[in-house]
Amino acid sequence: MRVDTTAPILQLVDVSKRYGGVRALEGAHFACAPGRIHALLGENGAGKSTLIKIMAGVVRPDAGRIVLQGQERRFAHPQDAVSAGIACIFQELSLMPELSVADNICITNPPRRFGLIDRKAQRRIAEAALARAGAQDIHPLAPVGSLSLSRRQMVEIAKALARSPKILILDEATSALAAADVERVQALLRKLRGEGMAIVYISHRMKEIAALADDCSVFRNGRHVATFAAGSQSDAQTVEMMIGRDIAHAFPPKAPAAPLAGTAPALEVRGLSWNDRLHGIDLTLNAGEIVGLGGLDGQGQREFFLALFGVLRGLKGELRLSGRPAQARSPRQAKGPAIGIALVPEDRKTDGLMLPMSARDNLSFAALERLSRAGVVSRARESQAVGEMVRKLSIKVPALDEPVGQLSGGNQQKVVIAKWLMNAPRIVLLNDPTRGIDVGTKQEIYVLLRQLAQEGAAVLLYSTDYAELIGCCDRVAVMYDGRIVRWLAGAELTEHALVSSALNLGDGRVQAPNRELQ
Amino acid sequence: MNSPPRAPAQRPDWQYRVYEQRGTWAAVAMFALIFTLYIAKHPSGLTVPVLTTAANKGVLLAVVAMAQTLPVLTSGIDLSVGMVFVLANCLASHLVVGTPMQAALGVVVVLAVGALCGFINGAIIVWGRLQPIITTLATGTIYFGIALGLRPVPGGDVHAGLADALTGALPGGVPAMVLVLLAVIVCIWLPYRRSELGRAALAVGSAEGAAYMSGVDIGRTKLLTYTLAGLLAAIGGLLLTFVTYSGEASSAIGGVYTLNSIAAVVIGGTSLAGGAGSAIGSVFGALVLRTIGDLLFVFDMEPLWQPLFQGLILLTAVSLGAVQLLKVSNRLELFR
Repeated sequence: MRVDTTAPILQLVDVSKRYGGVRALEGAHFACAPGRIHALLGENGAGKSTLIKIMAGVVRPDAGRIVLQGQERRFAHPQDAVSAGIACIFQELSLMPELSVADNICITNPPRRFGLIDRKAQRRIAEAALARAGAQDIHPLAPVGSLSLSRRQMVEIAKALARSPKILILDEATSALAAADVERVQALLRKLRGEGMAIVYISHRMKEIAALADDCSVFRNGRHVATFAAGSQSDAQTVEMMIGRDIAHAFPPKAPAAPLAGTAPALEVRGLSWNDRLHGIDLTLNAGEIVGLGGLDGQGQREFFLALFGVLRGLKGELRLSGRPAQARSPRQAKGPAIGIALVPEDRKTDGLMLPMSARDNLSFAALERLSRAGVVSRARESQAVGEMVRKLSIKVPALDEPVGQLSGGNQQKVVIAKWLMNAPRIVLLNDPTRGIDVGTKQEIYVLLRQLAQEGAAVLLYSTDYAELIGCCDRVAVMYDGRIVRWLAGAELTEHALVSSALNLGDGRVQAPNRELQ
Repeated sequence: MNSPPRAPAQRPDWQYRVYEQRGTWAAVAMFALIFTLYIAKHPSGLTVPVLTTAANKGVLLAVVAMAQTLPVLTSGIDLSVGMVFVLANCLASHLVVGTPMQAALGVVVVLAVGALCGFINGAIIVWGRLQPIITTLATGTIYFGIALGLRPVPGGDVHAGLADALTGALPGGVPAMVLVLLAVIVCIWLPYRRSELGRAALAVGSAEGAAYMSGVDIGRTKLLTYTLAGLLAAIGGLLLTFVTYSGEASSAIGGVYTLNSIAAVVIGGTSLAGGAGSAIGSVFGALVLRTIGDLLFVFDMEPLWQPLFQGLILLTAVSLGAVQLLKVSNRLELFR
């Protein structure tokens, strides 16, 4: 179904990439042509990011060819891709905060006079690039770190334009932009297309894609599914292609304990906002239920968890725990007996575990106060508690005193979960706990979560795996741009509904965004 | 001074330039204050000998502090600057002698050896992927070992004409050392700062990942930066030889210069996290450190107080740089 009318300028042929045991791309094909905007579509983990990293020279493929203007190329470094005329706009990834806007724009190839950087010429280039991107309000001498996220993204766009690329790749470049800027960027992209630039556009905003794209390519599980002319498929068909058929997981039966009459919910959130990342979040979490958080990655789920766990300052809104107003001011307070929140963070290697320390030390770390008397850790009580957890979660450790970093990913994740269960928390927050672990362990975790809920804990689970949200959760809040845009439960909780609300596709029910299902 | 500009569009250019150089200006102000105090209290006041002595002492540390600034801007550190300084001193006390031609050749060799020391540091850090702090601690010890081999006991000589010319005063009363310092700034720092290399070094210090993604050659940048640091440290060692007319392999001198160079960099407004700062700030930071010692002397205070005051000033300078951390609203970012 090739619709390119002109010869492609860049082709990726049969490209594969693995990270350890995880397959990110498998025999993927992609081609883009000058004067066309080509949209890349796919779920979280579909392989879009890996694909553009290969085009930008950041990642080298294990197999396959990159063909640029008919010639096979190998990119060893990002510089190679830059000099080949490929400019990539990442999400805020390639700006140096301490440097000025003009310095950032001209970082790779500054104008020179007598071998030195010509600051006047550089300023002219920066001003021209900013004007071209429609961001004349940004001062070229302002340090990038002092700009708002949306302005920084405009600098990033101007920086790519200043290189006068032949191929421009935008990875979710509009997700941080204010609405007025989105329109300006779209107009700019149309103009660039008219000038013959090849544009690769990744966005989760289906409306933008419909408005801009000439061609669409859908990826799923690291494979290229289809390429078609924009508009030739309906949104529903596109979503269908993105979901495909997945391996079914076995989930424990749902048995949400009915909230006892008269008992206050374990957690009540009213109008929670923080900076420009969280906006008016309302959520009720009862003891005995598992509530899911859905949506695409980076829509505020992580910040929401950090807010509940006392990491963020300057929160607005109201938090009630078992009916009493209470707000943790630090993780230390959050885990304490008065509040009793546990957070299983998204990155177990940096935030969850101290990798060089032993499994025993990691397991008992969050609960040391319970296990010690007058500041001295009781070895006997520690061993007993640790042993109990190892049995309960069937953690496979060759020896408890070996560094936890030597365990498999699944067992490491079990250690992170067990570490928090030692505190007997009333509220358990889990940030994508099954990412990158094997199917067997995943299922053990599902069973454990249901067991925790039945024992009276309230569980809030964020997952990038839609099947997991459907199989595990009693109801699911879908987040988009720092807001809860939709609640799904019962028969409504389907993969199709999850994906379309994650993409915030206009559909009647989204009009009443914060109506919470009970 | 600590809050970033909020409405970027309305501000005139000079405000951005001042903001960018705020650390340097703070160091200049601090130096002006302390030096005025020093001259006012000095029994003989502002005379040529007083200025010349102050310049001869201050410029040595200033040049070593400039050397330290370059790696620090890339968010690295060079603990070997003091030892390269001592090595260059010992080497110069052997080589910078004889006829003017021989002395000139000696100067070139001393500077080349310094650059080589820096290149070795950079090579180990870039290709060996070792941490700068431990790499330069180890190589610094090696460089000191070589210096000790060259000059087991203090001694040696230096071309007297050259030394007298550089450590004296010019007809107008300006100490020659100040001109040397200006020459170093104009010939090395300004071109570096204005070149693609210096820009890349700041980018690496600001956000190494982003610099890589922007297509900056990180390895080359670090390699040249450490090489230049070695060269600057050797210039300092050469000047030391002209001041003392001899060479001495003293680990105490090497250590003190290394640590004071880091202090001078911080007082000069360069962040140890890299990405922002200036070697000119470090020069004034070094002059501040040097003047504090003399200040206590003219105020008839016990020299015993010197470390205490030096520490307090350092702490004040560092605190100014940390004020903006109070505004971070995601506490997790404080630990990243």
